[in-house]
Amino acid sequence: MYTAADLKKGLKLEIEGNPYIVVDFQFAKPGKGQALYRTKMRNMVNGNMLERTFRSNDKFEKADLEERAMQFLYSQGDDFVFMDNQNYEQLTITRDHLGESINFMVDNMDVQVLLYRGASIGVTLPTSVTLRVIRADPWAKGDTSGSDSKPVTVETGYELQVPPFVNEGDLIQIDTRTGEYMTRVKE
Amino acid sequence: MHERAALIQAVRSFFIMQGFLEVETPIRIPAPAPEAHIEPEPAGEWYLQTSPELCMKRLLAAGCSRIFQICKCFRRHERGHLHLPEMTMLEWYRAGADYHDLMHDCEGLFAALAADRQIMVDGKPIPLAPPWPRLTLAEAFQRSAPITLQQSLTDDCFEETLVRDIEPRLGLETPVFLCDYPASLASLARLHPDNPAVAQRFELYVNGVELANGFSELTNAPEQRRRFQLDQEAIVGLGRRPGPMPEPFLADLSRMPAAAGIAMGIDRLVMLFGGVSTIDQVVTFTPEEL
Repeated sequence: MYTAADLKKGLKLEIEGNPYIVVDFQFAKPGKGQALYRTKMRNMVNGNMLERTFRSNDKFEKADLEERAMQFLYSQGDDFVFMDNQNYEQLTITRDHLGESINFMVDNMDVQVLLYRGASIGVTLPTSVTLRVIRADPWAKGDTSGSDSKPVTVETGYELQVPPFVNEGDLIQIDTRTGEYMTRVKE
Repeated sequence: MHERAALIQAVRSFFIMQGFLEVETPIRIPAPAPEAHIEPEPAGEWYLQTSPELCMKRLLAAGCSRIFQICKCFRRHERGHLHLPEMTMLEWYRAGADYHDLMHDCEGLFAALAADRQIMVDGKPIPLAPPWPRLTLAEAFQRSAPITLQQSLTDDCFEETLVRDIEPRLGLETPVFLCDYPASLASLARLHPDNPAVAQRFELYVNGVELANGFSELTNAPEQRRRFQLDQEAIVGLGRRPGPMPEPFLADLSRMPAAAGIAMGIDRLVMLFGGVSTIDQVVTFTPEEL
């Protein structure tokens, strides 16, 4: 159990059967009155924002969240299959629960799967991944358009902007939080 | 830090010039005033003061007529962009005065402080010349809130409405006094002679920030004991253990002359004149940095 005094950014709690993460909160206490905690929270399943004002005696449940280390095995259609590193059990997560993450997942990648009451609600990837460029236009020498980037496609089908010197077949490192190019990797 | 030092120096000079005596009362005390929503910090068998109020009133009972103090006060669990669990408080008391006199003091203090500095709101300095508007709490609800003051008390959403609808609009053009609080929200204040439903209590707001809380003091000891008992019951209701009744204070209260007293947050005063938005910016170290 948490009380309002435990509120801080990043705290994960359960409200009306949903897991929320606190993204912002303000302590207010009009003179001689009771303390108020004006709180903004994000629903960890659907991303919706919720604003609530709590009093100091309000109590909430901890969100029943668990993070487990798993390996991404393969995908088949909209199903993505993972294996729990501890008990080797397999778990299938559908595409719509993975969001942007599918852009950066390759077979055998280690990820953290977030479970709420035993059901998966998302994955946390390593902060950067290395992916192979499968399609890139050659850089036209003498290009005077002044452009300092060009679009490429990586093995997961994800498209991004990279510097002109990146070629088809190269390995590049991508920041999974922003989806942006970081550096070219030498083989 | 230089501005903070200069401001405190100017506050001190103002009160000395007005004939106030600077006093020091003990910070560690056996029995703070029981207040439902202020939790004292235990210090051994005793407590750190939540305010110097009780000791300063005992000095009035002992014959002092105009006193002020700048001291540290401690309140558990109070932490936010306007709150620190350890803060610096200015309190002053006047014998033979009521809350109107304190409002004049506030206007005079700001006139003195404004000689060397100003308060900016939205990039423009706001006029600080007296008189500042006096707005009753009932009027403020009528003006800015979707419900009346009475309704908010009945529905138990007074603080929520005040914080959401009223406070952000207070003191944006000039400082403003929010006056005449419901009697139930002023445990140590005298009730209005014409309307016992409200107390002679006010809060000073500048740029949406509550800066000071003052009132005409209750001097009726049996009535004060009854109110403290209600507060102790409220503390039990909130799941805390109340401290002991401040008996020496109650004994002295029957000898205290009519008087008025006020507490002003020094940290917030520095914030306002310094044009900063969090209390963290005006102290040397926050609790998190220790």
